[in-house]
Amino acid sequence: MTADAFTALLPFIVLSAAAVAVMLAIAIRRSFRLIFWLTVGGLLASLSTLPHALSVAPLRVTDLLLVDAYGLFFHALLLLAALAVALLCLAYFRRRENENEEIFVLLLTSTLGALLLVSSAHLAMFFLGLEVLTISLFPMIAYSVRASRPLEAGIKYLMLSGLASSFLMFGMALVYGDLGVLSFEQIGASGAELEQKPLALAGLFLILAAIGFKLSLVPFHLWTPDVYQGAPAPVTAFLATVSKASVFALLLRFFTTVHAERSETFLCVLGLLAVVSILAGNLLALLQDSLKRLLAYSSIAHMGYLLVGFVAAGLLRRDLQAETIAFYLAAYTLTSLAAFGAISAISDDARESDRLSDYAGLFWRSPWLAAVLTLSLLSLAGIPLTVGFVGKFYVFAAGVQAETWPLVATVVVGSGIGIYYYLRVVLAMIQPADAGHRLALHPAARTALAVTALLVLAAGLFPQPLIDAAANTPHSPTTADNQHRAAALPAAGR
Amino acid sequence: MILLWLILVPLIGGLLSLPAGRWRDDAPRWLALAALAVDAALVLSLFADTGAAPKTAWLAQIDWAWIPRFGIRFHLALDGLSLLLVALTVFLGFAAVLCSWTEIRERQGFFHFNLLWTLAGVIGVFLALDLFLFFFFWEVMLIPMYLLIGIWGHENRAYAAMKFFIFTQVSGLLMLIAILGLVFLHYQTTRTLSFDYFELLEADLYPGAARWIMLGFFVAFTVKLPAIPFHTWLPDAHTQAPTGGSVLLAGVLLKTGAYGLLRFVIPLFPGAAQDFAPFAMALGAVSILYAAKLAFAQTDLKRLIAYTSVSHMGFVLLGAFAGNAQALQGAVMTMLAHGVSAAALFMVAGALQERLHTRDMDKMGGLWALAPRIGAITLFFSVAALGMPGLGNFVGEFLVLLGSFRVDAAITAFAALGLILAPVYALYVMQRAFHGPASPREIRDFGLREMGVMLFLIAATTWMGLHPQSMLAYTDATVNGLTRTLAQRGT
Repeated sequence: MTADAFTALLPFIVLSAAAVAVMLAIAIRRSFRLIFWLTVGGLLASLSTLPHALSVAPLRVTDLLLVDAYGLFFHALLLLAALAVALLCLAYFRRRENENEEIFVLLLTSTLGALLLVSSAHLAMFFLGLEVLTISLFPMIAYSVRASRPLEAGIKYLMLSGLASSFLMFGMALVYGDLGVLSFEQIGASGAELEQKPLALAGLFLILAAIGFKLSLVPFHLWTPDVYQGAPAPVTAFLATVSKASVFALLLRFFTTVHAERSETFLCVLGLLAVVSILAGNLLALLQDSLKRLLAYSSIAHMGYLLVGFVAAGLLRRDLQAETIAFYLAAYTLTSLAAFGAISAISDDARESDRLSDYAGLFWRSPWLAAVLTLSLLSLAGIPLTVGFVGKFYVFAAGVQAETWPLVATVVVGSGIGIYYYLRVVLAMIQPADAGHRLALHPAARTALAVTALLVLAAGLFPQPLIDAAANTPHSPTTADNQHRAAALPAAGR
Repeated sequence: MILLWLILVPLIGGLLSLPAGRWRDDAPRWLALAALAVDAALVLSLFADTGAAPKTAWLAQIDWAWIPRFGIRFHLALDGLSLLLVALTVFLGFAAVLCSWTEIRERQGFFHFNLLWTLAGVIGVFLALDLFLFFFFWEVMLIPMYLLIGIWGHENRAYAAMKFFIFTQVSGLLMLIAILGLVFLHYQTTRTLSFDYFELLEADLYPGAARWIMLGFFVAFTVKLPAIPFHTWLPDAHTQAPTGGSVLLAGVLLKTGAYGLLRFVIPLFPGAAQDFAPFAMALGAVSILYAAKLAFAQTDLKRLIAYTSVSHMGFVLLGAFAGNAQALQGAVMTMLAHGVSAAALFMVAGALQERLHTRDMDKMGGLWALAPRIGAITLFFSVAALGMPGLGNFVGEFLVLLGSFRVDAAITAFAALGLILAPVYALYVMQRAFHGPASPREIRDFGLREMGVMLFLIAATTWMGLHPQSMLAYTDATVNGLTRTLAQRGT
């Protein structure tokens, strides 16, 4: 292995080392705080290696991994999200001082899986990354073993995830059987006649179905609300952000590298999935009384919006597509962290507060927490001042430019319905209540919330740095080269 | 820079009043007044800079890069039209704070935060000349308004707030799509990606596209205006909002829709707008009559005033699309005059609600004897609203009718029937609430604070009626620009 390859692998190596170190530390001394700090240290160390990895990117490390700027952007995002989840865990599990350190091991390994996933360049790595992520997730979901709901959720996720994995394996087998290769690029190289290779095409659709499970696209979404609701709140935050973002990042990398977009059937299916996900997600969210379920359905709708961006921007140009997806995912991850973080902050292991009635009058009991939750809901609804708005702007911009009017119309309808249920939560929070009964927040949860909320706001007001990062342009463009930057946007279909 | 401060001052004032509420109950009110006073000083300095009649169309500008990726700039500019509307906004901001003085007793810090942020958003709308920035402010002002209705509103506030937000937000998304359509079509022909107003004025659209894009803008603005058939959110929002909120809604927020028509729809799509003008004018005329008729059927005082707002804004729609100088001047004048008179009427309704705990006119009656000052002031503004010569509303509506008669005599004649219906509902209010058998209760008449605000509003209305030229001079340049655009490119 060359020195460059070693540098490129540093984020993974450091994170794996951290997982091992944490495991060993637990064996030596059971101390929740110590393990927490070790985890945070590991995540930060891994973050700090990203610039080094970027300096050698893009680099193909063995057949399996491709370390490039696109992947590293997601590494940063996922590591930051994992950091926030670690803080939330500290606050959430504070009452179980004896037996709960393992959550951090699982957190580190699943984050490692997510990192591998976004950098994979080979079906084998795809599968490995996905399984490392998922298998660490089962025990995290079922972590509160004394309650029945988390157990039920864990089993549900296990079963359906297993099903998805089998789809995935079968799809990969079909692709390999037809084309004889497993690396994304080699599949792409033979991709010109994909429509003439029915087995490979069927394989791709099976892989899409498996990804659909993970992203909870309709009609593969049935597990989502139950698992979201059953899992401990910080784990839900992890599931909604790290797991979703990494799988979607992979979806983009995989299907663009294999040139799936050349198949018109494929684009139609994606568009269809987007439309039904948006409509079903939003409509079902209307009926929910549990905030976690509501956000679960809303996440289904958001994956639909992302797919709209995926299809529409994909019709235009590759770099715009990557930029749209990267920005929207970053926006979605930040926002979801704030939203689930707020739920997590007022719940703890003893009691999950996710009924809407738990939030009645929150504005007066804990103005600060209510403001964060409101901000994240507005960001999910795509209202300006927040990063969610810029994300939605990307989707609209791509949709209008590619003239995919049915998709744009669906996004408008979905957003209209969305406002109703997001505001329902806000309405619950502004109901009159006595301010005397105030909530005390754990400092760790407060830190995590403050930082994410601040980022949601800052990236909403001044999105250019995040846009640059998402577009992988390290230097912020000045106004002088506005013209030049503008040329990066392609002409529409006509 | 002065333009930026116009927006920043209320924003900062709002942020400061949040913690101030915890310190002392009435501190936020004074902070809000202070912030508005600073803003008023800024507006006055702008007036002083320009003199009696501005020579150039654009009086002040700032233009900074904001999101270069999409060619989005932080571009604020002010012409006579914006200046008058910003002045109206600040002026009614005072009224809104003063009339909530005793009504809002709890959570004052948050109330004034929302009030000031709404004002900041509206001022931003009147100043933004980058279409993205415009949309940004357009949406931003909705949230604090939503909270004003949702928290401090009356019995049915949740429903009204939700309806208000969904109507304006969905129509806003249509506008966003229209903006993007315009921007990308412009990009296709020129290869420059820009959301700048002046850049897009040059956009060369083929007629079919222009028609659709114009419709997107038109719907967003007529929802806000509002005109039939997009008006249904307004009676609910107005009725349920606290007095300060109603004052802002009727006085200022509705004007952003009218402003959008004048600033964006007509200049950006002169040809399409002219083709569409008969429909728009007919819509305006129908709004005038239908809303007036509905107003007559109300027993809820605030609801009645809300419908009269729809009716009066119909004149603005009519005038804006008639497209000649008189009609446009009339539309602007109506915007200003209606802003003042509707705000005053809502303050009266709010005062009555505070005293009687009802808005139902069937439960009022004979109030004149009990509260002669309230009665006299209501009479004054009812008469102003029905278009009595010598007061601002008359000048506006007269100019609109004069201008649009030359364009379409039939529609104008039809619309003019509204001038018959207006006295009917105005006098109906006076009769039901203030005359007739006296109800045997005590109510407090207007005090010094309320009389001060009212006298101020009365002076403004009278000034507009007696010396309209002083206002029209400011909009001359803008209106002439509009008519020139229509004449050049509309054919």
